[in-house]
Amino acid sequence: MHAPAEQRSEIELELNGETRHGRTEPRTQLCDFLRHDLGATGVHVGCEHGVCGACTVLVDGVASRSCLMLAVQADGRRIDTVESLARDDVMNDLQQAFSRHHALQCGFCTSGILMSCVEFLQRVPTPDEAQVRDMLSGHLCRCTGYTGIVRAVLEVAGQRQSGESQQNASENPNDV
Amino acid sequence: MKAASFDYVRASSKKEVLQLLHEHGEDARILAGGQSLMATLNMRLTQPKVVIDINRVEELNRIRNESGYLAVGAAVRQVQLTDRAELAREVPLLAKALPWIGHFQTRNRGTVCGSVAHADPSAEIPLCLVTLGGSVVLESLKGKRREVPAAEFFQGLLTTDRQPKELISEVRFPLAQDGTDYRFQEIAMRHGDFALVALALCLRADGAHLGVGGVADRPVAQTLPLGDELPAALNTLAWSLGAQDDVHASAAYRRQLVRELGQRLIEEPSHARPR
Repeated sequence: MHAPAEQRSEIELELNGETRHGRTEPRTQLCDFLRHDLGATGVHVGCEHGVCGACTVLVDGVASRSCLMLAVQADGRRIDTVESLARDDVMNDLQQAFSRHHALQCGFCTSGILMSCVEFLQRVPTPDEAQVRDMLSGHLCRCTGYTGIVRAVLEVAGQRQSGESQQNASENPNDV
Repeated sequence: MKAASFDYVRASSKKEVLQLLHEHGEDARILAGGQSLMATLNMRLTQPKVVIDINRVEELNRIRNESGYLAVGAAVRQVQLTDRAELAREVPLLAKALPWIGHFQTRNRGTVCGSVAHADPSAEIPLCLVTLGGSVVLESLKGKRREVPAAEFFQGLLTTDRQPKELISEVRFPLAQDGTDYRFQEIAMRHGDFALVALALCLRADGAHLGVGGVADRPVAQTLPLGDELPAALNTLAWSLGAQDDVHASAAYRRQLVRELGQRLIEEPSHARPR
């Protein structure tokens, strides 16, 4: 594929389970393409040089900083953003736990952290606190001091292990 | 911060990459994991005319265990090594250093050869490559394929022996040797930040081969005597690195870290078996 600088190339990708199309210049970062062209404004753009982690999305299931990828690189890939987590307006277990534990204040960094957690909990289903903190070292949160986030992630890991998570969600969908 | 405009080419073979490099030379940049290049593009610190994406070049995405060394291709991501169960046996130093590189979110995309190409003086992979006496394989369309010892490849801050038309096609890490204990340690302001001082160690009964990153303008490795002579040798090494004051740490603090951390790393009791 050869995409000339000033030309907008066709990109097709799977965003949160749906096939989506757009056209953009080679220099467009994936985060900007997701927000401006595809309307996935849950992707938050912070530092734009890979330090803060706010723009983290899943690329083929792998947590990646979307400011460090070109939109043209995502052609043919599967992208999941924070918009993929809730089902029928009910937040998923991780989002509910973040709310319960005050794991966010302004919320700017939260969508990126949630997407890191999605892959992290698949790779490390029973993490200890040190592992959670290591995972969070890839994100900057200036509000919380991370304590609530650590609690929320550990709680969800425990719940998923004991299989309580789904039960709780169905019994108390509004307990958030 | 948005990148200046550039042509983008998604290469599908190594030959195509070499042809494009031949054609564009210094005007081209190789995009592998993008964990350094994309940041510098976004900040317009680099403004190439052409970006050559090698992420879908299958023949560059290979890890080979050859006799004597582990060859890691240009498109191999750091996470592929982290996930490689045999790595702790093959190249234990690298297995110990990998968790110190950035964060899991950046190791997911960052490549091994990309870190070598970028040549940040505090980066862990170049440090391991130099300490182990590894090498870098460079290829170009017209020139000869050449293998450069790591100690000669790194020439200074973000500066290497790679010529504009050359591709780093793979790097080679020597395999573990019997009777050698491999150790890694680093100090940074926060885990995952750039190292103030990073140390890589090959410890044998007759001496310690210690590599230091984050102090000089490139990784430096030296063989040190054990026992009573060690503190003086560490002191000489610390002063030889030309440490400089910067916003993160003073030169004196960096020298002290080399002496103190070096001594601890070399003299700490042997671990039963790495991982």
